[in-house]
Amino acid sequence: MADIRFIQGNEACALGAIYAGCRFFAGYPITPSSEVAEMLSEELPLVDGVFIQMEDEIAAMAAIIGASLAGKKSMTATSGPGMSLKLENLGYACITEVPCVIVNVQRGGPSTGLPTSPAQADIMQARWGAHGDHPIIALCPSSVSEMFTETVRAFNLSEMFRTPVIVLSDEIIGHMREKIVIPQEGEIPIVNRKKPKVPPHEYKPFKGEEDFVPPMAAFGEGYRYHVTGLSHNEEGFPIQSGELVHQMNVRMHNKIYKNLDKIIKNEVYMCDDAEIIIFALGGAARSSKGAIRHLREEGIKAGLFRPLTIWPFPEEDLRRVCSRAKNVLVVEMNLGQIVFEVERVLSCMGVKIDGMFDSSGEPFTPLSIVRRVKEIFQR
Amino acid sequence: MASRYEIRLSGSGGQGLILLGIILGETASIYENKNAVQSQSYGPEARGGMSKSDVIISDDEIDYPKAYNVDFLLALTQQSFDRYTKEVKKGGIVLYDSTLVHSPKEGDYRLIGLPLHETAVRDIGKSMVINIVSLGAIVKISNIVTIENTEKALLKRVPKGTEELNKKAFYAGVSLAK
Repeated sequence: MADIRFIQGNEACALGAIYAGCRFFAGYPITPSSEVAEMLSEELPLVDGVFIQMEDEIAAMAAIIGASLAGKKSMTATSGPGMSLKLENLGYACITEVPCVIVNVQRGGPSTGLPTSPAQADIMQARWGAHGDHPIIALCPSSVSEMFTETVRAFNLSEMFRTPVIVLSDEIIGHMREKIVIPQEGEIPIVNRKKPKVPPHEYKPFKGEEDFVPPMAAFGEGYRYHVTGLSHNEEGFPIQSGELVHQMNVRMHNKIYKNLDKIIKNEVYMCDDAEIIIFALGGAARSSKGAIRHLREEGIKAGLFRPLTIWPFPEEDLRRVCSRAKNVLVVEMNLGQIVFEVERVLSCMGVKIDGMFDSSGEPFTPLSIVRRVKEIFQR
Repeated sequence: MASRYEIRLSGSGGQGLILLGIILGETASIYENKNAVQSQSYGPEARGGMSKSDVIISDDEIDYPKAYNVDFLLALTQQSFDRYTKEVKKGGIVLYDSTLVHSPKEGDYRLIGLPLHETAVRDIGKSMVINIVSLGAIVKISNIVTIENTEKALLKRVPKGTEELNKKAFYAGVSLAK
């Protein structure tokens, strides 16, 4: 019989993690993400997993990197102030190519900001928060069901590409309760990291294969290797400036950007005949869909482009979907972030781009978006 | 039923409005195979302060998860009555507590005052079951879910050992609304 539940997005995220094979969680509770930790503290021991409440977010991020190097799928969850603290070790996970999942349930900022209210102001932090050139994958669920499935996808992508993946949610999606049919075992494929096929003395832990991704041995399996945050060679030992450093950075970039077809995912809703396309993510996308429903009832041709993968940015798909539209309206719960990316990608296409921004901690109502669309058409 | 039915439960923190919303949502989504979304907003404090919980019930997909064209408002404080009656749709229902809300203003809505708090205290002996008394009244008045299914969801959700108390509170609410 189908397992139907009425649960919070954060709870669905926790269940998705277990489903994906996560067996280690380290975190420090923070609103509005705490239910992820709360549920995993109950669920992980039941599957022989480990849950640790750490002394802070920095240590939590370090712990999940260690657990992953030891062969376990690992995750942490936080919100803005905690995310800021995790960034140093997020960069470490990028350069050491350690698969792990970081959930950021966005709230109002900066600093401690609005603990119980939604925002989408960490979009650029997700991309560029860790310093240095580094690729990152960030996923934006928009429903309780997607909190489950996108968490599974986050684990799969992190394992496939040996990379940290951010689940970039927001307080609306994290805290709302909705009906979810829990997928049965085997319904969603689960990806596990590639293991080395060579004996330990031949193993090069940072030598990419054809897909640019190096196989990964777990500590304790007999493969001794060096892990460092310094730029390193294929054996993992530090190297100074030069061609090898550049090659390493390019390979890490390529493993994401040459595999976009496996990473990019969008919802395209009523865009075929749309004169105006709304670009929105997460909680803001639900307001936008409500607005489109009203607009269509009035005969206004509006559609929605909703990336589920926000990083890497879905450049080609966005260009294709918007090729016939006259207007694009970017709706985001911040003072304007992803709109610049949309402008960059759609420049020279003759489409007029507007933004609708708000940082009040109140979600957009569908009617406020309807009014904005009408203003654009009357201009 | 109309494709989208919006319920807003409002009052102060500690009145159990979130649990009330969860039970309504579970009844609709698990026991009646409809779609439902429940959300809440509250301040950082654990109790006291404004609290609201929205429940949307629909046969169709639910996009926007908050109420903005309210079909049914429950107001358990004067402050919440004053703030949220503005968002009730024309012809919608406003159910308020007749002792906690001292000056209910008339409007383009159907106004129903019931002694929810008094019933919880006098008949059940616990002011904290005001949410479950309200649940009975809401289900009886709105007909949005059945009484039988709500009872099932209620009994599954409340702590073990409190089933009889909650059932009594629920049916006290149903009777009040008759």
